[in-house]
Parts: sequence; structure tokens; C-alpha cells
Amino acid sequence: MDPECSRLLPALCAVLADPSQAVADDTCLEKLLDWFKTVTEAGSSLLLLQENPCLVDLLSHVLDLKPQDVSPRVLSFSLCLAGTFAAQEDCFEYLQQGQLLLGLFGEAGPLSWAAWSVPTVRSGWIRGLRSLARHPSGLHFLGDSGALDALFSLQGDSSLFVASAASQLLVHVLALSMQGKAAGSPSPQGSAWPTCAQKIVDHVEACLCSTAAPQVTQALNVLTTTFGRCHSPWTEVLWGQLSPLVAHLLESDPIPAAHSLVDLLLSVARSGPRDMAVGGPSSPVFASADCGLWETMARMLSCLSPTQAGPLALGTLKVQHCPQALKSQAFKILLQPLVCILRATAQAPGPPGLLDETTEGGSMTVDTLLSSKSACVGLLCQTLAHLEELQPLPQRPLPWPQTLLVEAAVIVLQLCDGLAAPSSSEGGRLCGALAGCVRVQRAALDFLGTLSQGTSSWELMPQVFAVLLETLESPASSPTVLKKAFQATLRWLLDSPSPPTCLNLGPHAPLFLKELFPVLQKRLCSPCWEVRDSALEFLTHLTACWGGEADFREVLLASEVPKLTWQLLRDPESYVRASAVTAMGQLSSQGLQAASESSGHPEGQQGLVGELLHILSVDSEGFPRRAVARVFTEWLRDSHADVTRDTQWFVATVLQMVSRDLDWEVRAQGLELVQVFLAQTLGQPNPNCPYAVTLPKVTPPSPLPEVLRTLCQLHIFDFVFRALFDCDRPVAQKACDLLLFLKDKTAPCRGLQEPGDSSDVTSVEATLQRWQAGEQGEPLGNLEPEEVLAALRSMDLKGLQSRLAESSDHVEKSPQSLLQDVLATVAVLEENVADCY
Amino acid sequence: SSWRRAAEIGPEDASWRLILNTVTSNMKLYCLSGHPTLPCNILKFKSTTIMLDCGLDMTSTLNFLPLPLVQSPRLCNLPGWSLKDGNAFLDKELKECSGHVFVDSVPEFCLPETELIDLSTVDVILISNYHCMMALPYITEHTGFTGTVYATEPTVQIGRLLMEELVNFIERVPKAQSASLWKNKDIQRLLPSPLKDAVEVSTWRRCYTMQEVNSALSKIQLVGYSQKIELFGAVQVTPLSSGYALGSSNWIIQSHYEKVSYVSGSSLLTTHPQPMDQASLKNSDVLVLTGLTQIPTANPDGMVGEFCSNLALTVRNGGNVLVPCYPSGVIYDLLECLYQYIDSAGLSSIPFYFISPVANSSLEFSQIFAEWLCHNKQSKVYLPEPPFPHAELIQTNKLKHYPSIHGDFSNDFRQPCVVFTGHPSLRFGDVVHFMELWGKSSLNTVIFTEPDFSYLEALAPYQPLAMKCIYCPIDTRLNFIQVSKLLKEVQPLHVVCPEQYTQPPPAQSHRMDLMIDCQPPPMSYRRAEVLALPFKRRYEKIEIMPELADSLVPMEIKPGISLATVSAVLHTKDNKHVLQPPPRPAQPTSGKKRKRVSDDVPDCKVLKPLLSGSIPVEQFVQTLEKHGFSDVKVEDTAKGHIVLLQEAETLIQIEEDSTHIICDSDEMLRVRLRDLVLKFLQKF
Repeated sequence: MDPECSRLLPALCAVLADPSQAVADDTCLEKLLDWFKTVTEAGSSLLLLQENPCLVDLLSHVLDLKPQDVSPRVLSFSLCLAGTFAAQEDCFEYLQQGQLLLGLFGEAGPLSWAAWSVPTVRSGWIRGLRSLARHPSGLHFLGDSGALDALFSLQGDSSLFVASAASQLLVHVLALSMQGKAAGSPSPQGSAWPTCAQKIVDHVEACLCSTAAPQVTQALNVLTTTFGRCHSPWTEVLWGQLSPLVAHLLESDPIPAAHSLVDLLLSVARSGPRDMAVGGPSSPVFASADCGLWETMARMLSCLSPTQAGPLALGTLKVQHCPQALKSQAFKILLQPLVCILRATAQAPGPPGLLDETTEGGSMTVDTLLSSKSACVGLLCQTLAHLEELQPLPQRPLPWPQTLLVEAAVIVLQLCDGLAAPSSSEGGRLCGALAGCVRVQRAALDFLGTLSQGTSSWELMPQVFAVLLETLESPASSPTVLKKAFQATLRWLLDSPSPPTCLNLGPHAPLFLKELFPVLQKRLCSPCWEVRDSALEFLTHLTACWGGEADFREVLLASEVPKLTWQLLRDPESYVRASAVTAMGQLSSQGLQAASESSGHPEGQQGLVGELLHILSVDSEGFPRRAVARVFTEWLRDSHADVTRDTQWFVATVLQMVSRDLDWEVRAQGLELVQVFLAQTLGQPNPNCPYAVTLPKVTPPSPLPEVLRTLCQLHIFDFVFRALFDCDRPVAQKACDLLLFLKDKTAPCRGLQEPGDSSDVTSVEATLQRWQAGEQGEPLGNLEPEEVLAALRSMDLKGLQSRLAESSDHVEKSPQSLLQDVLATVAVLEENVADCY
Repeated sequence: SSWRRAAEIGPEDASWRLILNTVTSNMKLYCLSGHPTLPCNILKFKSTTIMLDCGLDMTSTLNFLPLPLVQSPRLCNLPGWSLKDGNAFLDKELKECSGHVFVDSVPEFCLPETELIDLSTVDVILISNYHCMMALPYITEHTGFTGTVYATEPTVQIGRLLMEELVNFIERVPKAQSASLWKNKDIQRLLPSPLKDAVEVSTWRRCYTMQEVNSALSKIQLVGYSQKIELFGAVQVTPLSSGYALGSSNWIIQSHYEKVSYVSGSSLLTTHPQPMDQASLKNSDVLVLTGLTQIPTANPDGMVGEFCSNLALTVRNGGNVLVPCYPSGVIYDLLECLYQYIDSAGLSSIPFYFISPVANSSLEFSQIFAEWLCHNKQSKVYLPEPPFPHAELIQTNKLKHYPSIHGDFSNDFRQPCVVFTGHPSLRFGDVVHFMELWGKSSLNTVIFTEPDFSYLEALAPYQPLAMKCIYCPIDTRLNFIQVSKLLKEVQPLHVVCPEQYTQPPPAQSHRMDLMIDCQPPPMSYRRAEVLALPFKRRYEKIEIMPELADSLVPMEIKPGISLATVSAVLHTKDNKHVLQPPPRPAQPTSGKKRKRVSDDVPDCKVLKPLLSGSIPVEQFVQTLEKHGFSDVKVEDTAKGHIVLLQEAETLIQIEEDSTHIICDSDEMLRVRLRDLVLKFLQKF
């Protein structure tokens, strides 16, 4: 600890110990704790306490106060602090000598005080113990002080944070006490469990046998965390001992604490195989037949309700080494709702086997599914989300019923649209339950989107495109549904494989596009800005991927879409303007805006560049201006025709506007543009990575002095130097990087400068210093390349770069300033009190 | 002290049961219209005859040729229709257009049923909104109706505008020809559909005149929401806000112990009218539910979006947009949406025209009915600003309105433009002209927003048509999900509704959600049916005069229950029942005064006290034994007990509501026993 902090510490402790002086907020106490933690981790706590006796005084003072005088915050802080110190065994002994720890954590301490009713105090008590429980002495202390019993009851605390922390601590203590026993693992009879562990295991056992659901939940939570965290031989013994009790839970109807039980089984299942892979012959064998895990899971799957079984089924399928039979049982359960819908709507069954087998199982009928509308919606959304999660995983079940899933997603969407006309009465009821249900629609669209990547999807494309088109077309589709529909459409258009014989877009896409564009046109005119925005985003992505495809170009140019997009540049909603800018940028890059210009649109003659420059200079919102800056950077990078016509004019004009922009992202984007321009004129920056393949040096198109002169004429240095002192750090960082790049590139030009000609440099430097001080009104004037080079050389850019890399609050974050802050707040509070009188 | 007490006389009282049964048999609903959103029903409730709405089914006009404002060579030259055998005797009356046959005559309307009940007996007509009063002149002017019509002020004013527009549309294009041959039943059978299937064509009538309208409207008495109107002392009717249109109402018809709610054309969406009052519908015995949305699958928000998008697309391509509409209602909401939309869509320079003989009045009326508007719009009035933004559209010349296409309009007319005009049936009004004018170009679009007419049928006489047709019906009335929530909320004992609401729509027979689902299942009605309402009246309210109440001396017989005997004269007049003090015992007549009829009441006898309580058998036996009866035996019977005094050959039969002492001719013993029994009972 630095001396200044040591000097401030007694005053701080005095403030904390004084009940009449309230500390303003908890956050500074938390920061103090963090600081003490780093201090104790770096050195000896014992030494710290000996050097700063005020700390021990504070702790004992808290105990000496009348319980009603202690502020709960300070008490909680003291408990945590004591725990932090006691984490080191020698310091623990030191504190124990004065019975301080027993006073703080023992039964006679805060446990029995009125302040115990405040959750912060209970939480502090647990946190203190958590820090303390690091060594055998700490463990004994826990066992002897009666803290374990208190923890057992805190598991059911009214504050969720406290309850969860208590449970976590129990797991930690269990693991810690078993660590000491590494030599011999306990026998299944439990005789060899250390005292603490034995006590916890007994408690868990008792809870598992309890008839009260909260008790069972607590026990299951402790076990779940244990198996999730620890993978040692003893966990296997523990499972062996407790699994009959867990299995017994399945015999009650309804199953108590079903959610927690699912979590436990999955936690056990996950912990087993991992150890198998890592360990040798002595690794735990959770997966072996005799420990009964898989049987328990299979039984559990068959007795849970469909909604509860879903998460277990998904979890089971994700476990790598689970037996095939269990996997297929889980998968069937997951598929049930969809199979049920397919059957009720009399769709042709998918691959033979899947539907038939589930028919035999017959566990779900439409009646279960339709027990209530909300249950049906909930179950379907859950199922679709689970399958969506499963779809891209390598361990997903094989064969993956892609066709069945696509068909199910399509029929669910049709039911939501009210388009499906099933003949059966169950189908009719399903239709009634799902018609217009936005939640299911969104989930189904998301799922359908992920299915685009499956194999053999292209045969189903007409069906998929038809339902997507219906959804995009339907006046009843809400903006969020439309957004998802656009996303799914994009995925199906771009991801889905075309049949092997087809070269370009496949046979379906061009037909679909012909129907899609009128819909897109309509959506671009929607009164709802979210819809216009998603339509533009869709257009941008599609153009980016397919801009070169003849079919796509033909349909696009025949439509009103480019013209409408242009009009949306003037949309009243800034997000839409921004998306329209991006879309127009993309269309223009691909040469697809021709139609709008040739159609004699008034804005067309002015040119898109003019329109975008107009937005950049006058738009009141940041998003469209950022979008313009990005588009311009892209255009410059791709040598867009409008840019290459007069690149220098373009860069100068854009920078002139960007430099005045109030939005830092626009300014940063301006620097990006400069970077692209420099790369084009000076060559790519040298790779920083020493192992990178060195590319042959690109010689700049013009000699360096000439390039520098051009840069000066375009006022690029003016812009970059200003940005270097920008009040927004990312801008300054980027500018600094750019200048370093320039410095690097211009190094060969050293000879350019005449020695002794330093007067101009001085004036440049003076101006820069004034800029740094915040006086940015004064221009740099017309710079000469020599001045720039001299300035670059004289500046400590590397130093500046590392200074900028530090976070902006590094000064304020010092412990010293923290201590001063705490003291100052108290002082202010005192003043305020005085003012009141 | 003058206080009043209400006495309830239930059916337990034998003397009243008969009367109540007579009343029950009178609770009936006569259904005069088959159109669920243009209802016309008659409720016989207690002694009143109440007509609920009188909607006019105008879909009959779809069978007629349009009435063009300007001579239309196309319509004039349509070929006459002839029978399959070539017989062309109908070719003057019927014309053929693109495979459809139309009557070439002044359009006629299908009236509510007039034969089912004598309409001159109707006491009052309750109107729920301006769309449901269009048949009023036919009822009030031609059936001998002498009652009163109740409606809110906006309903009357806007209803008048709708009628005025209708009369104007039809009268300004006089048609020499009036077809009637085709209506002959034998001939009608030979006609193609839909003419062949048209119902009751013989009762179809031409439009009424302005005089009839004025006379009908003069019979209306204005009412405000929640105002209670007494009908003959028998029932009270109250209009409640229904949220559907300016001044639209639902009605509560109630007596002291019965409540019938009439729900017609209600909306839970936030549009311009005051929100629907649901709470007051609670505890109804019967809820008559009509006027639900005609397009249950369409969501009005989505449709408005569709309307705007298609309008913008058409206009941007240089096309014109035609919106056939009524002069009031949804048009206000559409103009408000467009007000917000046109700038964003870059349509500020496009003119909007609203053409109707009543356009000006409609736009102005909407701004002055502040108290009938939703809260947002009401609060604007205090700023002060006009509640509807169409005022600004008019001010900035973006919206212009004209009484007809003649006159100023032809000077101002600029294309591309958007025209709002009537009539939505496309059979009369200025819309006919625009259909003829714009129908040939595929650049133009007609957008149907009114849900009352099938757009395909409306378009039939204009085929072949090049212009685009967009159907976005905007119907803000309750859909089935909202109905099921409403019914759960207000929990009526019985629901009565048109038969169309008890099954899914024919085109979507699998949609079991598109029907009313409630318990017990709703009773349904169809045109010309009479329903006996499932509704038992159990109580009648009787008032007690203060002086009579003063004379009562209640005795508490159980905690919280007091009884008193009443001797009084029941006086019934104007459906009000009053208990009056009995006349004083007749004074010895002097012979000079003539006896008045009202005094001719039987003299009151001295009253015996009434008894109450129950006889505890065990204690009674003990008492008997105390009084020297030694051979007491008790037998249990189904209804109570029999106490046997064997020696005296006497038995006492104790049942729940009677006690009999049966002893042979020993009056002394009977009296002794009676007194012992009476000891256990309370007297008052």
C-alpha cells in the first residue's frame, strides 16, 4: 500500500466507525473492498494489519458498538473486509487470537442482531465467510462456529441474492473440505466424509427426502452447482449415494421441483463424459450403466409435461456421450408438438419412422397441445426455439428430419396467417389458437431461417417461398414479424443450395424475385417506419450478394424499388434515412441506380453524390450522416465511378463536412476515409505482425513529395491533427494511428527537409499545442510538406498512443482518489447538515 | 319521519305468481332484419314495445345498374338480357355486362320485415349509430308509428347527412324507367343468380324523399350518454358509449329486477369516438349482441397500412386513387393517417378531393362534437385546436371538398390525385363517374375501405376493368376475440345474436375461432323469427307510502331479520305499485254523504297474531310430562314428528310448516295442548 493511502486510512476507518457519519453510497464501499482485495492478493494481509492497526480497530469497534447503532452498510462492509483478510491462514490466526472472527461470524455476532433482518448484512456475512473459507483453519472455523446451520437456513432466504450466495457457499465448502481428502476418496458408506462435508451431505439427503418442495429445490440446487463445478472422484461417490433419492423423487406426482431436477440431471450428465475424456481409468463413470443416470433421465423424460420435458430433451441431446436410445427418446419428445400439428393438419408424414414411432408412443394428442391457447403458444415457441438451437450443432440427432421440420415450420406459419385450411376439427382448433399469433410467427420465422442451411432444402423451396411471400404480403403482419420474414427470406435466398445442375440462382429464386419485388415496393411505402427500415436492410443485403446476378438485376431494374429507395433518402425517420443511404450506396456500387436517373427523377440529375453530401451537411440526426460517411469510405475503397471522376475533390469535400460534424462516429469514419485514401496513394501500411508474410512493397503511384503536397492541399493534415486532439478518445486514437502510419511512410523523405529551417515548424507546433489545450479556433493555415514532416518527427506519437490507450478514468480510479472521495463526501454531508441549521 | 321501505314479494307468495307468469310470456324478440350489422329488432319487455335500430340493407342495390352522373355510352349500350330460349321480353328491364345481369331501373332497398308485428304498436325506437337508422323514414312514415325515437345528437346529425346524401345521389339522376316485371315470382325463378336468389323482392322499395327524412327526424328526441329515460314507468332505457362512431351507443333496457343490454356496433380500438363503456353492461340477464366486425380476419391497423402503401405506390407512378366511402366515419381516421403519412411518403403535392353533397357539413360537424370524442381529441379543444387534423389539410389546400363533380371541382381538378367519394356500392353518387373515367387505365387504383359491400359484386357492372383494385376493408367493430373478452368481463346470463355469429363464416368453415363461444351457448335469431327470451322475471318492486311505513312495528325474529305484518291496499298505476294505508274502519254513515267507490273496501278484521319459530320435540315432550301427560310417545315421520298421547287418544303432528292437534271432541284438552305448543312459538 502506498504511503499516501496509509496516511488516509485512519481517517477513513474513523469515519466508518462513527455511527453519526453516514457513508453516502454502497458503491464506494464496494470499490474499497475491491481495492483491499487487490492489496491483499499482492502481499501479506498480516503485514497490512500490523502496519495499519486502524483496520483491526475498525473491526473490533463494529463489534463493540451497540447492535442498534451499527449501520447495516458498514457492518456488511466489515464482514466482507474481515473475510478478505482472513483468507490468508496466518492472518486468520492473528484475527482469531482476538476472537474477532468468532465475534463477527459466530452465533453471538450479527446473526443475533436486529440488523440481520437487512439483506445487505446477511449477504456481507456470506461473502465474508466465502473469502475466509480458503484453508483448513477456515474450514474448521466454519464447522465449529455453527455457520453451516445458519447457511442451511439462509438457503431459503427471502432475498434471492442471499439464498443463492448461501447455496454457492455450501458448494464451495463441500468442495474445499473434499480437497483435503484427495488422498483417499470416501467410501460409498460415507464413513470417510470429512465433518463439514458429512454435515452438508446429510443436510442435502434430508432435504431430498422432505415433502416440502422448497427444501427439495434447495438440495437440488446445491447438487447442480456441485456437479457443474467439481469433477473429482468424490463427486461420483456422492452421486452414487444420492441418485436413489433423486430417482425416488420421480415417483411423486406431480414431480416436486421439476425444473431444478432437470437442471441437476443435465449437470450430472454434462460432468460425466468430460471427466471421462480427461481422466484415465480412474475417472468417474457417471455414464456407466450401474449409476442409473440415463435410466433416471429416461424416466424423467417420460413423466414430465411436454413444456417441462422440452429443456431436458434439448439438454440431453446436447450431451455428447449419451446413449442412442435416450437421444432418440429425447428427440421424439422435442418433435412431438410439431408432429402433432402435422398430423392434425393432415400433412404428408415426413421420413418414415419418425411419425410412426411417435404414434406408438402416442403421448401427445392435439388435446394436450390445445389445453389452452396460451399453453399451446408457449409450448410451440419453446419447441421452435429448442430445435433452432439444435439445428447447427454437430451433435444434433441423425438422421436430421429436415423435410419434416421445414414442412412443420411452413404449416405453423400458415396457421398463424390463417391461410391453412385443415379439414379436421383439431386442425380447425389449431387454426383458431394460432391465427394472428405474433409470438409463434416470430419463432417459426426464426426457425425457418436457420433451416435454410440444411441439406435437401431446395426441393422444399417453392413451399417455403410461398409462405414467406404470404407473410410479407399479408396486411396483418406486424412490423416485427415482417422484419423476421425478411431475414428468413434473405437466408433462404442466399444460403440454400441450388440443385447441382443449376448454375446461377437455381430455378426457384428468379420466379420468387418476380413476385417478391412488388411486395418489397409496397413495404417501402409502408406508413410504419420499422417496416420501411427492414425492407431497406433486406434490399441492401440482397444487393450486396446478388448485385452481379443477371436475373436479379433484371427484376430490380424493372421495378420501382431503386426509385422508392432514392425517395426514402428524405424520409422523416432518421433510421430509415440511414438505411436508405446504405441501400443507395450499395445499389450505386453495383450500378443499379441507373433506372432512377434515366426516368428523369428531379433528384437524379443532381446525382447521388450530391444528395448524400446534402445529407452529410444538413441532416440533423447522426445515423444518416454516419451512414453517408460509411458509404463514401466504401465507394473510395471500391473506386466507385462517381468518386474516381475526381477523387481529390471528393475527399476534400467530404473531409471538410466531416471535420465540422458534432458526432464523433462521423469524424472517426472520416479518418477511416483518410486511411483508405492514404493507402491508395501511399501503399498499404506495413504489417505489424512480425510473422506476417511480407508483401512486395507497393510503390505509390506518384513520388512521395508530390503526394505529400497533395495531402497538404486537400487539408488532410489539418483534419488529422485536429482529430488528434479530439475530445472523443476513439477519434484521437485513430488519428494517432494514422499519423504513425504517415510518419512511417515518410521516413524515407528525411532528406526533404532543409536543416536549420525550423521556424515554420515552431509555429505549427505552437498551434498544435494550443489545439491540445482546447483552443481549436485557429486554423493551421496552408501547410508545406516540410512543416508536416518536421511536426511529425518532433511529436511523441508513440507516447501519445500509449496515453490514449489508457482508459479515460485511469487518474480517478486510483485508490488514493477513492479514499479522498469517501472522506470528501462525508465532509460535504456534514456541511449540509450544518446548513440546515 | 318520512321514510320508505321496499318490500319484495317473491313467487313464493301465491297471489303474485300468476301475475308474474303472465308477464314472462310476453318477453319476446322480433327479428325484422337478417343483416347482422344492419339490425332491426323489436323487444317486448314488460308492457313496452321497443324497436332496437332500424338498419337498411342496401346490398339489394348491387343488382341494379349504376346511375351515371354524366351520360355513359358504355352503360347505355349494354345488351338487353334474354332467356335461354331467346325470349327477350325482359330486355328493357335487364341488361347484361360481362356475364352478369343487372336491373336497369332506379335502385331499390330491402326493408326490414313489416308483416311480423304491427309496427304501429311500437312505442319507442332506440338508435345505436348513424348507419343503423337508414330505414327510419320507412318505419315512421308508412306504418302508423306514433312513438318516439331516441338517439344521440351526433347520430341524428350525421344520420341526416347520410340520408341527405343518399336522397341527393338518387334524385339528381332521374330515371324514367322503373322495372317491375322481373319481380314477378314466376319470372324471377327464370333469372340467373344472384337475381334469382334475391329475397322478398316484392317488398323492395325506392329511396325515400327529403320530406320523409325531415318528418322522420322530427320524431327523434336527443339523449346523452348515461341519461336515464323512463318508458311508461315500466322500464328505463339508457344509452352508453359504444366507441364505434361519433355518438354511437349501446343501450341498457332495465326494470327494477331485470336488465337487457343491447350491444350494437361497438369498438374497443382507440379511434376518434369516446371509448366504449363496458362496465355498465355488467349483470345483464340478456345481452343482445349485433354489429360485430364484418371482416373478422382483418386487423384495421394492417389495413390502414395497406391503404397508405397502395395509395403512395399508385400516386408515385402517376396514377389516381379512388376511395369509395361514406361521408362520415372511417374517412376521418383515414384523413388523419394520411395527414401523418403524406409528408413521409413525399406526397405533399398530391391533391386530395372529398366529393359529397354533404362533404362540407361532415367535415365541420366532426369538429364541433367535442364532448363525443375520445379524450385526446377532447383535450385539443381546450388548447384551442380543431380535434381532427383534417382542418389543417383543408387550410393548407391539401384536402379540398366539393358538393359534386360539377362546378368548382372541374376547374380545380388536377391529376394524379386521390378522390374520396360515395357511394361505396358504386351504384350511385359521384364515384360512378370516376369509375367510368379512370377504369380504363391500369395506372389508377380503386381502394375499397368500407366493408358493407362485396367489392367484386360492386365492380361487376364496370367489367372489364383495367384499373387496379385493392380491398382493404377497415372495420373497427368488435372481433370475436374482443367479444369473448367482453363476455367474460360483463358475464351476461344469456346472449342473443344473429345466427351468422354462431358458426364460422362459410368461406372459412375451419375457423372455429370466428364465432361466438360462450356458456351457455348463445341463442340465435334470423330474419322474421320471434324468440321467446330465456328469462324469468321473479320480482316486482312495490313502494310503501311513508305513513304506512311509519305504522309498521318490525320484530326481530332472528338476528338481522325483522318481520312486520302489513295490511294495506295495493294501488297499481302506470306500472308503479304502491302500498297505501288501508282506509279507516267505516264511520257510522250519516246518510247525507254519498258513499264513494274508493271507500268500498271490505272492513278490516281484528288480526290474529302471526306465529313463528320451531318446536323442539324433546323439550315439548318434557313440558307435556311436566303437565301430567305420562304416556307420551314420539314417532318420527318423513316430514317431522308425531307426538302420541295414548291415554287421551290424541296425537300432535309436528311438521316443518304446520302443527296439528288431533283429538276427539275434547276441546278443553285441545286448548290446553294448543297453549303448550304456543309457548314455544313467537307471536307478533
